[in-house]
Amino acid sequence: MYLKNALCAATALTLITATSAFADTITIATVNNGDMIRMQGLADDFTKKTGHEVEWVTLEENVLRQRVTQDVAAKGGQFDIMTIGMYETPIWAANEWLVSLADLPASYDADDILPAMRAGLSHDGTLYAAPFYGESSMIMYRTDLMEKAGLTMPDAPTWSDVEAAAKAMTDKDNEIYGVCLRGKAGWGENMAFITTVANSFGARWFDENWKPQLDTPEWKAAVTFYNDLLNNYGPPGASTNGFNENLALFQQGKCGMWIDATVAASFVTNPNDSTVADSVGFALAPNKEGVDKRANWLWAWALAIPAGTQKEAAAKQFIEWATSKEYIELVASKEGWANVPPGARTSLYENPDYQKVPFAAMTLESINAANPDAPTVQPVPYVGIQYVAIPEWAGIGTAAGQEFSAMVAGQQTVEEALSKAQANTAEEMEAAGY
Amino acid sequence: MARAVTTRRKTINTVAAWAIGLLIFFPILWTILTSFKTEAQAINDPPLFLFFDWTLENYAVVQERSDYMRFLWNSVIIAGGSTVLGLIVAVPAAWSMAFVPSKRTKDILMWMLSTKMLPAVGVLYPIYLLFIEMGLLDTRIGLTIVLMLINLPIIVWMLYTYFKEIPGEILEAARMDGATLKEEILYILTPMAIPGIASTLLLNVILAWNEAFWTLNLTAAKAAPLTAFIASYSSPEGLFYAKLSAASTMAIAPILILGWFSQKQLVRGLTFGAVK
Repeated sequence: MYLKNALCAATALTLITATSAFADTITIATVNNGDMIRMQGLADDFTKKTGHEVEWVTLEENVLRQRVTQDVAAKGGQFDIMTIGMYETPIWAANEWLVSLADLPASYDADDILPAMRAGLSHDGTLYAAPFYGESSMIMYRTDLMEKAGLTMPDAPTWSDVEAAAKAMTDKDNEIYGVCLRGKAGWGENMAFITTVANSFGARWFDENWKPQLDTPEWKAAVTFYNDLLNNYGPPGASTNGFNENLALFQQGKCGMWIDATVAASFVTNPNDSTVADSVGFALAPNKEGVDKRANWLWAWALAIPAGTQKEAAAKQFIEWATSKEYIELVASKEGWANVPPGARTSLYENPDYQKVPFAAMTLESINAANPDAPTVQPVPYVGIQYVAIPEWAGIGTAAGQEFSAMVAGQQTVEEALSKAQANTAEEMEAAGY
Repeated sequence: MARAVTTRRKTINTVAAWAIGLLIFFPILWTILTSFKTEAQAINDPPLFLFFDWTLENYAVVQERSDYMRFLWNSVIIAGGSTVLGLIVAVPAAWSMAFVPSKRTKDILMWMLSTKMLPAVGVLYPIYLLFIEMGLLDTRIGLTIVLMLINLPIIVWMLYTYFKEIPGEILEAARMDGATLKEEILYILTPMAIPGIASTLLLNVILAWNEAFWTLNLTAAKAAPLTAFIASYSSPEGLFYAKLSAASTMAIAPILILGWFSQKQLVRGLTFGAVK
C-alpha cells in the first residue's frame, strides 16, 4: 500500500514537472501596428496548440529599437522574441546576436517566403528573422480627382506623370493638395522616401569606396524635384508629416496622391476610417524617364530570436505559428482577407480569395520590383534600398533627414541641405574607419 | 499700505487666471475629449470639440487588450515605494543639514542637485549593466530604488527648506528634556514639519508616477508601470489616436484625482517660505 502511494505520488510529481518544463512563458517585444494587434488577439490559438503562454511588451517604434538593441547588445535577456526590421537583421546576425532560423521544419515551407523578403532578412544565405508582414511603397491616388482632372494614371508612371497629376489635382482653396509625401525628419521617415527618390534619379549614397555621393548632380536633381513637388503641390506644414500624418490627410480626402508604404492600402480602402475608401487607385512608385530604377522600397517587420534566450524552442514554435500559412488563414477566417498580414508569402498572392483584394496585385508587383542587393543604377558596396545596411546609417540618415526637413520648411536651400548632409556623412564615415 | 483692489482689477485678474489655467489644462482636456471619439472623429478637420457622438468604445478596447490593473498596481508600488524610501533617507539628511550645518553643507546641497543636471541617458548603460548583474531588470524593487535615487536630491532640498523654518530652540528644548536623537526627529521635528513632508511626498509621487525614461528602459512585461501602458498605444503605422488618448486618460486619472484633492497641501507646500 505504502509503495503504491509512493509510486502514485512520484508519477504525479514527474508529470507536473514535465508539464511545467514543457509549458514556457515567452516574452515578445513588438510595436502597436494593426497586424501586431491582431496577432496579440489571436495568440490564444498558439497557447491552445502548444501550451506556451505569451507575454507582450508593446513599445513605441523608436523606443522598441533602442530597447531591443540595448538588450541584445548587453545580453539582458528580457525578450525571447523581438520585432525587428530589415535594416537590423543582417547587422545583428553578423554580430551573432540572433538565433538562426535555418532549421525550421519542412512543414513551415520557408521557400514560400517572398524571395525579396528572404534575401533582406538573411545573412550569408541563412534566414535570421521570419517576415511577419512585408511592404514596399507605391502610389495611392484618388480616382475621382484624376477623372475630374481628365487624366489617367499609368500603372507604371514616371515622375513627370506624377508632377502633372499633382498639378492638375491641387485645389488649395478647397484644401486638396496634389501630393502628400513624408517630410518628418528621421532615417525611417523622410530619408526612407528621399533615398528612394534619389535611387530613381540614378543617385547613390556611396560609391564603391564608401565615399559619400550627395554632392553629385543626380542627388541635386532628385532633392530639388522632391522639394519643389512638396512645396508647390503638398499640404502646409509638410516638413512635420510622417506616415500617420499623411494617412490622416489622405483619409480625410485632402491628398490627390500619396506615395508611401503598401500596407497603407488596407487603411485607406477601409470605409470605417477613410472618407475616400471607394475611390482609391494604385500604381507603381515612379521613376525618372530613362532611369531603370523605381522609387519603391522594401521593408519587413520580422520576428527574430535573440541569442542567449533560455526559451529558444518555444520562441521558434511561436515564430513558426505567427508567420505560417495557417496563421494567414486564421486571420482571414476571423477578419477577412483584406486584413491578413501582407507581403510575406508567395502562396498568399496565389490564393484566388486574396487576388480579389483591390491592392493585392500592385503590392506584390511593388515588392517584386525592389531588389535590396542592387538598389541603385550605379554599383554600390551596400545592401538596402531606402537605407544603407551599416550600423552608422541610423545616425547618418537621421542627421541628413533633419537637413532635408529644414529644407522643406524653407529654412535652407537644396544646396545648403545637400552640402551639410554630405559633410556630416563624410565625417561620420571617416570616424567609423571606412 | 495694502493696495486697494478695485472690482475691475479683480475681474481682470480672475479672467487672466482662468485663461492661463485653461491654456495649461487644454492639452489634458483635449486628450480626455479625444478618448471619447472614434478614430475617424479624432483626426477630423476641423477638429470636433464637444459636438460629436460620444463613445466609450476606446475604453472597452483598451480594457480588453491590456491588463490595466497590473500596470496601475506597478505604478502605485513604484511611485509610493520610491517616495517612502526617499523620505526615510532624506529626513535624517535634511535634519543634519538644517540643524547641524557644517562649512560644506551648502556645497553638499549643490553637489546633490548637480546630479540632476546630467541627462539620464548618460548613465543608462552603466545602470543597465548593473541591473543585469544584480538581476534587477524588470523588477519593481529595482525601479523603486532607481526612482528613489533620482528624486532624492529634490526631496532633500525641499525638506531642508522646510526644516530651516522650524526654530532650532524647540529641538534644543526637547533635547534638554532628555529626548534622544531618534525621539527628537520622530516626535518633535516630524509632526511640526508635517505640511512640508506631505507636500514633498505628493510632489514626489507625481514625479515618480510620470517618470518615463527609466520606467520604459528598465522594464519589460512584469514591472512595467502606466508609462509603458501609454507607450504601448503609440503606433508607427496606423492611426490609433483615440485609443492612445483613452489609455493616457486612464493612466493620468489616479494622479489627477490625487492632485485635485491635495491641491491645497501642494500649493501651500510649494510656496512655503516664499514670502518670508
